[in-house]
Amino acid sequence: MESEYSKDAEMERLLEDLRTSNIRKEDWEFHDNHKPTYSTGIGINRKVVEEISDIKNEPDWMRRFRLKSLEIFLAKPVPTWGPDLSGIDWENTNYYTRPDEINANKWEDVPDEIKDTFTKLGVPEMEQKYLAGSVAQYDSEGVYHNLKKVWEDKGVVFMDLDSAIREHPDLVKDYFCRAVPATDNKFAALNGAVWSGGSFLYVPKGVHIDMPLQTYFRMNGEATGQFEHTIVVADEGSKVHYIEGCTAPKYDRNSLHSAIVEIYVKKNAQARYTSVQNWSKSVYNMPTKRAWVDENAKMEWVGGSLGSKVTMLYPSSYLRGPYASAHNLNVSLAGPGTVKDTGAKALHLAPYTSSKIVAKSISIEDGKAIYRGLLRMNKGAIHSKSHVQCDALLINDKSQSFTYPHDEIYEPTATFGHEATVGRIGTDELTYLRSRGLSEDEASSMIVLGFLDDVMKEIPMEFAVEMNRLIKLEMGKLGAVG
Amino acid sequence: MPELAIRELSASVENKQILKGVNLTVRGGEIHALMGPNGAGKSTLGNVLIGHPNYQITGGTIELNGTDLTHKTPEERARAGLFLAFQSPVAVVGVKLSTFLRTAYRQVHPEDKVSLQQFYDRMKVHMRRVGLDESFMSRSVNDGFSGGERKRFEILQMVMLRPKIVILDEIDSGLDVDALKLVADEISEYYNDEVGFLIITHYQRILKNIAPQFVHILIDGKVAMDGNRDLSLRIEEEGYDWIKNA
Repeated sequence: MESEYSKDAEMERLLEDLRTSNIRKEDWEFHDNHKPTYSTGIGINRKVVEEISDIKNEPDWMRRFRLKSLEIFLAKPVPTWGPDLSGIDWENTNYYTRPDEINANKWEDVPDEIKDTFTKLGVPEMEQKYLAGSVAQYDSEGVYHNLKKVWEDKGVVFMDLDSAIREHPDLVKDYFCRAVPATDNKFAALNGAVWSGGSFLYVPKGVHIDMPLQTYFRMNGEATGQFEHTIVVADEGSKVHYIEGCTAPKYDRNSLHSAIVEIYVKKNAQARYTSVQNWSKSVYNMPTKRAWVDENAKMEWVGGSLGSKVTMLYPSSYLRGPYASAHNLNVSLAGPGTVKDTGAKALHLAPYTSSKIVAKSISIEDGKAIYRGLLRMNKGAIHSKSHVQCDALLINDKSQSFTYPHDEIYEPTATFGHEATVGRIGTDELTYLRSRGLSEDEASSMIVLGFLDDVMKEIPMEFAVEMNRLIKLEMGKLGAVG
Repeated sequence: MPELAIRELSASVENKQILKGVNLTVRGGEIHALMGPNGAGKSTLGNVLIGHPNYQITGGTIELNGTDLTHKTPEERARAGLFLAFQSPVAVVGVKLSTFLRTAYRQVHPEDKVSLQQFYDRMKVHMRRVGLDESFMSRSVNDGFSGGERKRFEILQMVMLRPKIVILDEIDSGLDVDALKLVADEISEYYNDEVGFLIITHYQRILKNIAPQFVHILIDGKVAMDGNRDLSLRIEEEGYDWIKNA
C-alpha cells in the first residue's frame, strides 16, 4: 500500500514538472548561417557518387559498393504500400553537404557557428554530465567525436564511421552492410550510394559501459539529405547503451533523412539503442534499423518519435541464436499533417527466442499513426514467444489510428499474442475532466503521463515535455467555447 | 447559503435552439426535480450549466452566489462549486482514477492541504459506501466500467469534491435496485443545508429514494409547470400530455 502512495506522489511531482517545463520546439527549429564549404549540388547520379567517394579518399571496395548501391537504388521503385512519398523531391535534393573540413576532439576546435548550434541544443552539456562518449554530426559529416579515456583504454572504439574506416578498416569491413544490405530496400540502397557520417561503436568482449554513448545528428541546410550509417557492435558478454538524437530546422522545402543502423549483439551481450527524433515537419524520415541478436543476447530498442513529415521505421531484430531476446518500445506522436508509419519486426530464427513489442502512438488532429509490424517464427524456433502491444491515443474528435500486424508462424510450439487499445480524447472527454476543476494544462499533463505511465522511466523527460506541449495546444482547440 | 440562479436561459446545439428561456433557482438545503419528456432539453440544461463547449448560450444568465458564470469555463464553474453527475460519463483512457480525483480536489479546494494518504483513505471509505472496489483506484477513469459503475463513480466524485450545487442527470439509469439504494443513501448522507440539488429525471423512480421539495416540468425548452412532490406522482400516473395540452 505504501508503494501505491509513493507512486502517486511521484506522479504529482511529474505533473508539476510537465506543467512548468518550458522546452519548446522553437528551441531547435532555428538554423544557423554556416555556409557549407563543399556540396555536390542537387540531384543524384554516378558522378555525384564518385565525387563523394573521391572527397572521402575511400578504398576501392567502398567505391564499388557505392556504385552498385546506386544501381540498386535507381532500379527499385518508390514503395507505394505505405504513406504517400510523392513529396520527396529526388532531383532537387542535395545529397552531400560538407561543413568546414574539421573533425575535432575538443569542442573549442569546432567552428563557432556549428559549436553554438550544438551548445543551444545542449549537446556538450549532456556529454559532460551523462555520457561516456559523444559524436556530433552536422549535415553530412561528423564534426566532433570524443570518448572518455577510461573506455578507450579498454579497447572501446567510438567515432564517426568515416574515421573508423580509415583507422579500423578491417573491423568495420566485418560488419558494414551485413545486417542491412543495399538490396534491402530503396532507401537502404540510397544510403549505400551516398552515405556519409554516422557512428561506429565497438565494445570489446566482456566490457560493460555504464554510461550511455550518444550521437547527435543535426541537419542545417534546406532541401538537403542526411544519410548516415551507424554500426554498433556489442561483442560477447559486453553491455552498452547507445543514444541518438536528431533535429533539423523547419523549411518550406522538404529534406530527406535516410539512415542505416546496424547493431550486432553477440553471444551473452546486451545492447540498448535509444533514439529521440525531433525532425522538423519538412523532413521525410526513412531509416532502416536492424539488429542481429546472437545466443542468449539481449537487444532493446527504445524510440521516441516526435517530429518529421513522414516517418517509416520498423526496427528489426533477427534472433539468430537460442535464447536471444528483443524488446521494442516505440512512442510516436503524429502531429497535425504528419504520418507516422512505424512498428517493429521480430524474426525468430532459433529456439527459445523471445520478443516483446510495445508501440504507443498519439495522433493529433489529422495526424496519422500507423502500427505496422512483422512477426516471423521460423520452423525449428521451438518454444519461442512473442508479445505485441499497441496502444493508440487519439486527440481530437476525428483522428484515426491503424494497426497492421503481420504474422508468419511456421513453428507449432511457438506462442504469440497481440493486444491493442484505442483511447480518444475529444471534446467530451476534455470537458469531463474540466468539469471537475482541471485546467487544460492539467488535463493534458495527466493524459500524457497516463499514456506514458508504464514506459515513463525509459523515455527522456524532454520527450514527455514536448509531447505535453503539443497536446496542450490541440486541447486548446478542443475546449474552445463556441 | 449557496444559490444557483438560472434566468431566462436559452441555448442551442448545432444551431438548433433547445432551451428557450429557463428560469430556476436552487438554494442550499433544497432538492429540486426537473422532469420532462424526451427531447424537452433536460440533459442540455445540465451540459449548458457546466459549460460544455458544444452548447451555445444564446440568452439569459447563470449565477452562483451572485457570481455570473454564464461565460465561464467548465473548470471555473467547478471551482465555484458546481457539479454535474453526467448521464453518460465518458471514459478517459490512461488517466488514473485516484490521480484524477486527487488533482481535481486540489483544484477545487486549494486551501485544503490534506495529504495524499489521508485523501486516499477518505476516498476508500466512500468507495465502500457507493460499492466500488478499491481496485478501481488504479484503473483509468470510466474505462471498461459498466453503466452502474460509472454512476457510482460520479457519486464518489461528488462526495469527494464537495460541491455546493449538484446536478444529477438521470443518476438512476444503469443502477439496479440495490445499487440505487446505495447511491441514494450516499446522496442523502451528503445532503445538508449547504448543498442544493437539481435532479434531472425522466421517471419518478429516483424520487422515491430522494424526496424533492420542488418539482419542475420542462417541456420544449421551457419550464411549463412548477409544483411539489405531488406533481411528480401525477406525472407517473398520467405522463406529460396533460401538461402539454394545458
